[in-house]
Amino acid sequence: MAEATGRQGNPARDPIIEVRGLRMRYGDFEAVRGIDLTVERGDVFAFLGPNGAGKTTTVEILEGYRRRTGGEVRVLGADPQNAGPQWRARIGVVLQESEPERDLTVAECLALYAGYYPSPRDVDDTMALVGLADRAEVTASRLSGGERRRLDVALALIGDPELLFLDEPTTGFDPNARRAAWDMIGGLRALGVTVFLTTHFMDEAEHLADHVVVIAGGRVVAEGPPGTLGGREKAAARISFSLPPGTTEASLPEVVRGAVAERDGDRLVLRAASPVSVLGPLTRWAEEAGLDLPDLEVQRPSLEEVYLALTTGPGPR
Amino acid sequence: MQRRGSARQAVDSHGVGALVRFTLHQFPYDLRALLRNRQARFFTLALPVIFLVLFASIFGGHHTVAVSGGRIDTSAYYVPGIITLGIVGASFVNLVISVTSQREAGVLKRRRATPVPAAAIIAGRALTAVVTALAITVVLFAIGWGAYHVHVPARTAPALLVAVVVGTISFCCLGFALASVIRDEDAAQPITQAVTLPLYFISGVFVATSLFPHWLVDVAGVFPVRHLAAALLTAYNPHTQGAGFAGKDLLVMAAWGTGGLVVALRRFSWLPVGR
Repeated sequence: MAEATGRQGNPARDPIIEVRGLRMRYGDFEAVRGIDLTVERGDVFAFLGPNGAGKTTTVEILEGYRRRTGGEVRVLGADPQNAGPQWRARIGVVLQESEPERDLTVAECLALYAGYYPSPRDVDDTMALVGLADRAEVTASRLSGGERRRLDVALALIGDPELLFLDEPTTGFDPNARRAAWDMIGGLRALGVTVFLTTHFMDEAEHLADHVVVIAGGRVVAEGPPGTLGGREKAAARISFSLPPGTTEASLPEVVRGAVAERDGDRLVLRAASPVSVLGPLTRWAEEAGLDLPDLEVQRPSLEEVYLALTTGPGPR
Repeated sequence: MQRRGSARQAVDSHGVGALVRFTLHQFPYDLRALLRNRQARFFTLALPVIFLVLFASIFGGHHTVAVSGGRIDTSAYYVPGIITLGIVGASFVNLVISVTSQREAGVLKRRRATPVPAAAIIAGRALTAVVTALAITVVLFAIGWGAYHVHVPARTAPALLVAVVVGTISFCCLGFALASVIRDEDAAQPITQAVTLPLYFISGVFVATSLFPHWLVDVAGVFPVRHLAAALLTAYNPHTQGAGFAGKDLLVMAAWGTGGLVVALRRFSWLPVGR
């Protein structure tokens, strides 16, 4: 990799978005207080945070809708607030709340938007890509919520963008519609589109993203791949099981007893930084005694827990 | 201009050519959406026809109305009156409602994220309003001519066309201005009705102004609806001398239109404002 020189450079270091010290002030209120972000080309990037954390403000600055009050922003090599139509032809934007063009069909909406771009994708291919091929002649306002969202994505893809902004794409969806939306977003990788995803659902970020940035109160509080966010991979695992009938806590191996963190009747909860060192003796103990542990569970902290800890801070919950 | 890439150059240079091309791309979609909208079809296209038939049938034939220079048949009075209503409905009422709802629904915001020039979106929508207003004018003109024998003298025909065009463009500008100050999509319909209905009444659209007290005529004279109705009536009035260009009425309308344009340019928002 170090030898990789010339025009192509290192494919692992090709930032499509670079933000340094971004600030945004509305009157006396500073919504964004010095954010740094780097989004690599080809990634699905998740931007997480509770409502009011500064997510939408940041995204609208990156999309070129708002003028920032401080910091440096480069998106596709240009400053969004001065970028022109040539730049806008290279991005796609799915807004958090936008209704379809009211009295046009799905195919007409896409043909209208295709005409805005210098080299658009094919309308039929794009409808097929988002799963709306059989809804082409349906008036957009008659689509279901999930279908409307897919039309939004299709409208954002019709210009064949390099970078797609998706602002809370599954808010208000039922679980099936969310799964379908996730499959579709996952499929965008195949097109080589970089995705900037805003969400407040942890499972969404975990399922889709290569890289996660969490903000709270206008600042970045954590970043990394979803698996290691907030030191999650190093945090203690939670092991829980019920004592089999006829056994007592005192009969457990010493290493297991030492890890007990909580008791709820017969149910014990253990905390272990390295789960194998506790699970091994526990299962050997059960096996030797001819017992089973039917409700044995091992969990690491969910991204949800990490996120709540990060975004609510040390204060009272 | 200094860039290579000829395919994108047309988009990049916001020249007149690109503007016209994008406007002509936008226009048929806006027109199609309007024609497909049941509410717009009724209020903008059907209602003026219904009004003309009703008023001309009820009051026409046996009655006359005092106008400048003499008396004319009541149906001859209602044709320019209802054309006024048709023009205001297409270029103002319908435009205010659709632009406000598109803005609040995020449609304008989404279009703004594309490379299309902002002016082309505005111009495409304005063109739809102008074409609709012209179409409804032609329909009312034809009904008046065919069903009620209300003719326009050839010497005032150019004046009629000028009044229609100046009125349509002025009300279009006023429509963008009003849309830019309405914050709430649900308020657009009642606000436009509250603005236009009283103006129709005091401007002589439904009742001849010759029956009004002078002060009411003076109040109506402040607003553009009265001047559109007066300019159209001047062209329709067989007692009119000369070419029938109502210079003062056209000027007042143009002044309102210019004022509307200034407000629209300052206040127009692409992002939803009601949330």
